[in-house]
Amino acid sequence: MTFSTMLRTMSSGMLRTLLLFILTLAGSIPLGMIVVFLKKSKIRPISWLTKIYIAIMRGTPLMLQLLVWYFGPYYVLGMKITSGYKFIALLIGFIMNYAAYFAEIYRSGIESMPVGQYEAAEILGYSRIRTFFKIILPQVVKRILPAVTNEVITLVKDTSLASALAYQEVFSLAKQISASQTSFLPFVVAGVFYFVANYVVAIVMGRIEKSMQYYK
Amino acid sequence: MEKTVLRMTNIEKHFDDLEVLKDINLTVNNGEVVSIIGPSGSGKSTLLRCATFLEKIDGGEIVYLDKTAAKTRVLSDGVRKKVEYAGKSEMKEIKKCFGLVFQQFNLFPHLSVLRNVMDGPVEVLKRNRKEVEQEARELLDKMGLADKADTYPCNLSGGQQQRVAIARALAMKPEVLFFDEPTSALDPELTIEVLKIIRKLAEEKMTMVIVTHEMSFAEGVSNRVIFMDGGVIVEEGDPKEVFGNPKQERTKQFLKSYTE
Ligand SMILES: Nc1ncnc2c1ncn2[C@@H]1O[C@H](COP(=O)(O)OP(=O)(O)OP(=O)(O)O)[C@@H](O)[C@H]1O
Ligand SMILES: [Mg+2]
Repeated sequence: MTFSTMLRTMSSGMLRTLLLFILTLAGSIPLGMIVVFLKKSKIRPISWLTKIYIAIMRGTPLMLQLLVWYFGPYYVLGMKITSGYKFIALLIGFIMNYAAYFAEIYRSGIESMPVGQYEAAEILGYSRIRTFFKIILPQVVKRILPAVTNEVITLVKDTSLASALAYQEVFSLAKQISASQTSFLPFVVAGVFYFVANYVVAIVMGRIEKSMQYYK
Repeated sequence: MEKTVLRMTNIEKHFDDLEVLKDINLTVNNGEVVSIIGPSGSGKSTLLRCATFLEKIDGGEIVYLDKTAAKTRVLSDGVRKKVEYAGKSEMKEIKKCFGLVFQQFNLFPHLSVLRNVMDGPVEVLKRNRKEVEQEARELLDKMGLADKADTYPCNLSGGQQQRVAIARALAMKPEVLFFDEPTSALDPELTIEVLKIIRKLAEEKMTMVIVTHEMSFAEGVSNRVIFMDGGVIVEEGDPKEVFGNPKQERTKQFLKSYTE
């Protein structure tokens, strides 16, 4: 296998990794917001169940969660697992897990807001919705951006856990090609790929942070 | 007779076991400047927070103009009381009657100075943006901040921030403006410029209720001074009387602690 065929084979894995990465972010960033609202809900059972959900997501390995999402429907519900379900199970697993982490980041950001911001808005007659979306949220975004960046960088690396379901992303492929070709090179390629991906993440997030530096 | 802007009667407020306001009566007439003085913990802030609905009262009545915001009903057992606030839409209207200037300014840091002043009138009062902008610029000019419209609060001194906060409150055209120690977070030089603005508003017959520790300012600016201690109004009257010739022993002691 030449280096270029190897690259070509691995590039399909890179695309899958990127797809998993992007869809996970697209799902978990908004879902995390919903999770915060549920956790702060005044209806006790809802906030209670949300707390349990977050505790499980943070307290057990993501790899184990992926296996549960994938095999759970078969073992628990007796459903047949179709081949197309693998990617769905991965997405559910990643999104549910990352939504829990994002929710905790959002929560800490929201709780760090001084009460005076709410009171000033209330005196001006702002509705609760307007207060949240126009006054609180923009400031929270700025506050939590560094923590979100960390989480996104972790996600880039965590996508390799999809190999637990034998999903053909870049890490799985690197392992397979390395074994079949008895070559170390695929690992180097995978390493470079993750590194570059995170470098891009750092640049993009840095830009966003900078765009919010016009106020303190 | 001037119309009454705010009438608070028999106001009671407690935090758990701590009685903070005990049967407070406060009436504010149009064009009047009322100063509230008193030692720390006497309930001055709590009174303003009850008047502006940031805290709920546990007894009494709050009326703005002719609109009852809160009243107290005795329950059928004849002992327990229940405070009832007006409905949501009515409260929304009543809230337009007042503004509040905080000790810590509480400007919105992510909005420019101009947007801070404009946002309420545009978003809450749904007024024409162009018109509001012109008024906002005039207000900022009056506050001596015409050149700061496009900057952000973090680039301003405390005194400038507080003047923006005053402009923001005035832009809503309230009937009465409450101040809770507007200069306590400021250095002496910055205090002067904020007090100057409040004096100017007083000359223009803006109705104001000011909690302050600036005694000579209170004496100079107000039509009426209220001395609070331990959750009650101990003494109330003409500033020259209260400051020059206090009737109550507690008032004398409090004022003495300031002149020493
Ligand atoms: N949210 C609260 N929960 C419990 N106690 C409170 C709360 N707010 C105020 N208090 C208590 O109520 C009392 C009156 O407080 P308040 O802030 O009204 O005093 P103040 O006259 O404004 O004092 P200062 O001059 O220090 O601002 C104090 O004993 C205070 O500790
Ligand atoms: Mg106070």
